Amino acid sequence: MSIETPLPVLKPADFASDQDVRWCPGCGDYSILAQMKKVLPTLGLPREKIVFISGIGCSSRFPYYMNTYGMHSIHGRAPAVATGLKSTRPDLQVWVVTGDGDGLSIGGNHLMHCIRRNMDLNIILFNNRIYGLTKGQYSPTSPLGKKTKSTPMGAIDNPLHPLSIAIGAEATFVARSIDTNIKHLSEMLKRAAEHRGTAFLEVYQNCNVFNDGAWEYATNRQTKLETTLELQHGKPLIFGKDRDKGIRLNGLDPEVVELGKGIKEDDLLFHDEKSPEPSLAYLLSRMRYEDGFPEPIGVFRSVKAPQYDEMINAQVEEARKQHGKGNLDDLFNAGETWDVK
Amino acid sequence: MSTAAPEKQISNVEEATVRFCGDSGDGMQLAGTQFTTTSALAGNDVATFPDFPAEIRAPRGTKAGVSGFQIHFSSNEIYTPGDTVDALVAMNPAALATNVADLRDNGILLVNNDAFDKKGLEQAGYDTNPLEDGSLDKYKLHSVEMTKLVRLAVEGLGLSQKEADRCRNFFAMGLVFWLYDRSLDPTLRFIENKFGKKPEVAQANTKALKAGFHYGETVEAINTQYHVDPAELPAGTYRNIMGNTALAWGLLAAAQLSEKRLFLGAYPITPASDILHELSKHKHYDVLTFQAEDEIAAVTSTIGAAFAGAMAVTASSGPGIALKGEALGLAVITELPMIVINVQRGGPSTGLPTKTEQSDLWQAMYGRNGECPMCIISASGPADCFYAAQEAWRISSKYMMPVFLLTDGYIANGSEPWRIPKMSELPKIKISHPEAQDDSDENFKQFDPYTRDDNLARPWAVPGTPGLEHRLGGLEKADGTGNVSYDPENHQHMTDVRQRKVDLVADDIPEQEVNGEKTGDLLVLSWGGTYGSCTTAVRKAQAAGKKVSHCHLRYINPFPKELEAILNGFKQVLIPELNMGQLRSIIRDRFLVDAQGLNKVQGKPFSVAEISAKIDEMV
Ligand code: SF4
Repeated sequence: MSIETPLPVLKPADFASDQDVRWCPGCGDYSILAQMKKVLPTLGLPREKIVFISGIGCSSRFPYYMNTYGMHSIHGRAPAVATGLKSTRPDLQVWVVTGDGDGLSIGGNHLMHCIRRNMDLNIILFNNRIYGLTKGQYSPTSPLGKKTKSTPMGAIDNPLHPLSIAIGAEATFVARSIDTNIKHLSEMLKRAAEHRGTAFLEVYQNCNVFNDGAWEYATNRQTKLETTLELQHGKPLIFGKDRDKGIRLNGLDPEVVELGKGIKEDDLLFHDEKSPEPSLAYLLSRMRYEDGFPEPIGVFRSVKAPQYDEMINAQVEEARKQHGKGNLDDLFNAGETWDVK
Repeated sequence: MSTAAPEKQISNVEEATVRFCGDSGDGMQLAGTQFTTTSALAGNDVATFPDFPAEIRAPRGTKAGVSGFQIHFSSNEIYTPGDTVDALVAMNPAALATNVADLRDNGILLVNNDAFDKKGLEQAGYDTNPLEDGSLDKYKLHSVEMTKLVRLAVEGLGLSQKEADRCRNFFAMGLVFWLYDRSLDPTLRFIENKFGKKPEVAQANTKALKAGFHYGETVEAINTQYHVDPAELPAGTYRNIMGNTALAWGLLAAAQLSEKRLFLGAYPITPASDILHELSKHKHYDVLTFQAEDEIAAVTSTIGAAFAGAMAVTASSGPGIALKGEALGLAVITELPMIVINVQRGGPSTGLPTKTEQSDLWQAMYGRNGECPMCIISASGPADCFYAAQEAWRISSKYMMPVFLLTDGYIANGSEPWRIPKMSELPKIKISHPEAQDDSDENFKQFDPYTRDDNLARPWAVPGTPGLEHRLGGLEKADGTGNVSYDPENHQHMTDVRQRKVDLVADDIPEQEVNGEKTGDLLVLSWGGTYGSCTTAVRKAQAAGKKVSHCHLRYINPFPKELEAILNGFKQVLIPELNMGQLRSIIRDRFLVDAQGLNKVQGKPFSVAEISAKIDEMV
């Protein structure tokens, strides 16, 4: 007879480790950490079942501040470390914490392959568009022309857009949030946690020391309703302080239109996060502030697909169905053998 | 035997070496393995050396495309695939041109003379036909119209000419089987197993095999058969085994002996890929094989699996190990157990992918940033890989640290008889994990992941265990708590501890054996795949009355405790290595011994003669 023991009710403080948090005062990372501690107790998982894996960079200090299992690994490799861990122990909930440099530059290859395998991991990419830990070089998400210590005449490489990359690798869950929008952020963390397969969440994070204001347009109270657009499944794409603007498809291209003056809600693009084809999600990921679009936040895509961590273990089970658990003595003696007396 | 067959003599010989060579599409590896199995089943000791081109399909008929397989078989114990060849089978002019120099004078040369046409000769760089110009007079040359004879033999089976020609290797096998008085049965069984589903192919190969055998029986020009008696090997059941297979099986055994899931993180690379292939076939033993996106993901996924509590292994070769360097530092500082296999090949860079070398010893020893010592053990031959794998895991899991296991292309692809052990005879590998704690208990204590046992091993606490939550990482750790620490004294202390862990292994390994007297004029010190040639050369020198002994190292870091005394017992020390002196420099550095080197990097193993010549020069 089994007795159901109810899980102890955990509080955010239960997830705090005894280590002092060492990010710069005012850094956006604090907010993400706080929301994570708030969300984890709501997931119904005991602490020991949760693991945080990170690479290198400011964001990658994250595991030290969580009273769960964790590993602060090496630059860019967190998705690969997490892959070995999750494949071996699919019962664990594994989070990967990375940044724009860690995840998209030195670790780009692992990120892409982890996503296409649909490993059941929650990847949170803190995008601050700068290298913070090494004190201010441009990153793969820094805009063209960005002047930094390593680009005194301006960056000349075209930036990467994390969500476009994730969708290109056919991520099954793709979302975006903003460090200062804490209600939305905690909702996105929860959605990412609930998704089975790779959940990829980009968080606009302010590095107030080396790249302060990089997301000013998206966080400023005066402008944010004009420059961002909160996606809602099944709802038309509407934004603006007065909710009077929307996104309409013109052929294959999105365009900003004003509601009224002959344009109704029904004329707008409706969001469908469950669309099996990633085209719509990709189109949304390409809507950029500098091109005159509001930048979508929320869940771009959330679909079901087989997970590598399950399949690699299913193959073990399948092999056992076919061959039993195996006997090494039999294996060693199979084929041509001979006896020496 | 048919009554019409001419009288033939049988000559008993102690041992023989045969090499099959031809185009890489000619099936020479198959011919070699079949001959090996047959000789092993006949009770001989055998040692093999496959040699294949780096290109998968170099242009047909060119020297770059020549593939060879050498088998040494004997009625005595042998340790090498043989220096010179007694019988050479050459399927085309390019194979003849690249191999004939290894055939001993008066050796048997079997060639497919149908391949010696104008184009074939040109591709091999022959101006005149060597079969006709007298240049091969010092050999017993037999020109056989193999192509024609095979086509005739398979006539009526409805095969295309191309398909018929593919059976030529079976004809060559049949002829060599006759020459060395071998049974066709194992190969007939093989044909049945392999081609049973394609009866016409099975029939054609059978016919070609028998045609070759009958050719030997009936042709007058070949008038002597050779017979090699069974060897006296320790009693037991044997099989022939290749190094990479033995290594994979050793890993399977180690996982079972330690009651662990086996995780292999690997990226395809010559000559290590066969370990991945072999383990992928055995998932039902609770084996997870992860073909990673690159070498770095292969090793870092292995670190993740080690953290998760599996027996974690990554396998590669030099270029791949170079990419893993940073991650190995993480494995060392997180003090997680795992095996890192390097099947060495010729370097630097891409180097000679299919050829053997021992030139990654320094890489294993020094190839990481910071003070980053790793335990290094090496396998001495194909069958030894089975035991080396278990030893690597025993040490790794006991001391909680990654262990390097070095083999090389020569061991990996070579084969030898292996006395099959029973799993119940193999020592168990005991591993324990700390138990769960209840954090609501008043005695609950924060778990400290860097406390240590008598072996300086820290506890292997596995995610999922309540009350042991902890964080590992690449930043320096405070001993005990495992918290990040920049404290100068602690860094010195942790650096010392990581070194001491490796050093402690020296107290935990078998006493170093010396083959021969403990003192004398010359000590031959070797490691890894040169075991066979060094053993044979030293035995010869001893038989000639020289005061030479042999010491073969399995443990390179740390060295066995006795090594210093052993070195000091000899007037001279010779270290033969397939590199430019890597072990020698470590030995000189460690023991201030004026060791001499015999060094070669030609993609080939040492011949016994090379080592003998050096011994003779020194004593
Ligand atoms: S450098 Fe920037 S990103 Fe890093 S902790 Fe400081 S504010 Fe945050």
